[in-house]
Amino acid sequence: MQNLAHHDIEKSQAQSIETVIEMRGVSTRFGEHVVHSDINLKINRAEIFAIIGGSGSGKSTLLREMILLQLPNSGSINILGINLTDISEKNALALRKRWGVMFQHGGLFGALTVKENVGLPLREHTTLSDAQIDAIAEQKLIMTGLKLEVGAQYPSELSGGMLKRASLARALALEPELLFLDEPTAGLDPISAAGVDELVVQLRDQFGLTIIMITHDLDLLWQVADRVAVLSDGRVQAVDSMLGLSSSNIDSVKAFFDGPRGRSAREQSALQAIKINDHLKDSSSKLK
Amino acid sequence: MLAVFKLGNSVLKANSNLFERTGKSTVAIFKQLVEMFSFVGETAVAIAKSVIEPKRIRWRPILFNIRSAGFDALPIVGLLSFLLGVVVAYQGADQLRQYGANIFVADLVGLSMLREFAPLMTAIIIAGRSGSAYAAQIGTMAVTEEIDAMRTLGISPQEMLVLPKLLALIIALPLLTVFADLFGVFGGMLMARNQLDVGFVEFLDRFVKAVSPTAFMVGVGKAPVFAAIIAIVGCYQGFKTKGGADSVGRQTTRSVVQSIFLVIVADALFSIVFSLLDL
Repeated sequence: MQNLAHHDIEKSQAQSIETVIEMRGVSTRFGEHVVHSDINLKINRAEIFAIIGGSGSGKSTLLREMILLQLPNSGSINILGINLTDISEKNALALRKRWGVMFQHGGLFGALTVKENVGLPLREHTTLSDAQIDAIAEQKLIMTGLKLEVGAQYPSELSGGMLKRASLARALALEPELLFLDEPTAGLDPISAAGVDELVVQLRDQFGLTIIMITHDLDLLWQVADRVAVLSDGRVQAVDSMLGLSSSNIDSVKAFFDGPRGRSAREQSALQAIKINDHLKDSSSKLK
Repeated sequence: MLAVFKLGNSVLKANSNLFERTGKSTVAIFKQLVEMFSFVGETAVAIAKSVIEPKRIRWRPILFNIRSAGFDALPIVGLLSFLLGVVVAYQGADQLRQYGANIFVADLVGLSMLREFAPLMTAIIIAGRSGSAYAAQIGTMAVTEEIDAMRTLGISPQEMLVLPKLLALIIALPLLTVFADLFGVFGGMLMARNQLDVGFVEFLDRFVKAVSPTAFMVGVGKAPVFAAIIAIVGCYQGFKTKGGADSVGRQTTRSVVQSIFLVIVADALFSIVFSLLDL
């Protein structure tokens, strides 16, 4: 996976043909309320895949179904070659070690310090010594842009942006192949949000992570998403790059782009895409 | 005529609403019962796994919970049982004095405290003190996505949160009950000397004759069952928390009401069973 760092985005996209997540005919109901009907999606390795849709369109439910927090009423979800329907406990644990989840509100344990939080997956699932675990936890904190002092603090003492970074550090503790991000920039100031953009792209490029995210953030979508699935009325209305979607004729997709915020994000992105590409080329040449 | 018709119609409508509401709440109650049983089942599975593989047991939280639910509750349990013993002896004193049966205050205090009051009182205090804390802790964790995070990290919330509390309370509650026995009887003893001129030595002499070890065992034996009820109801209500902070408060209240209710029901069942068994 490490060699992906040497390629820029286009090349890594061309290489990744392996499907890591496949959903077929996924339907979900809460009582009589239909959340999803017949959702089909394929997500490829080392891709940054975003799921968007209005409130109540069931994108969070879809994410919860992917990370084994909830089961769909019908249909199948296949992740890394394992079918999630009737999954055995052993397989479920094996899968959980291969993915990391960053929750919208962090989901950090209030009773543990940040460093203990990040080290917890290692403490549970590996036989590493405490010193080794601390070293890895510190490395992950630095990787996600947190200062070492933060490790000794409790989650309640952190700001929203730091919480998300700490949550990301914990999600990365077991060196996962898949990373699920639930609203990675919601509630962040523009500067912190831009930091998350860069972090996400960096993770994919350096470690070949497949990243699946749910977001409302148009800027984030324009900057980092390779492909975007638009969820509306319980169905996937379209799956395409942002550029492709922006010229779509489907009403529910157009609604997403045609607001004033949609337009400004698009104009902004044209400018910033150039900057980010330059930045990425810089950083990957530095890595070489 | 039309007015009467309209009135009749609205009565009918109100009636159907009443039936509908009764039906809906009945279904809700049954649903909750089924959910609670499935929670008990999940807990039983987690216990079975821990028995098969004892290294899964988390000792640190167990010890921590024994301290917070048991040791830290000693003052309040001791004080309230002492007062209860005083009240029982005081209320009995008048009646006993009328018949010159002063010495039987030892029977009264001993049997009532050891068999009924100490275990019940302790269980109710702990339901209010620890059962509510369990519901609030787990409920808060559910609201802040910590339970979800735990699951996605491959840690079973049952093993991490429920089992330590359950085990700790099953250990702590019988011990607290013994402590309550001591203080309750001591309270009664003080009152007996004060009101009925029954000295400590006479009281204890009669106490040993009147109160069999069975009475003591009956009381303490109920405690683990009460402990299981309190821990399971508290944790179950915590896990049921959905939405925001107001939901945490609601579930916490519910956990206290339900666990006290179930503890008293269980106590009544015990009374029936023990009387059938002539204990």
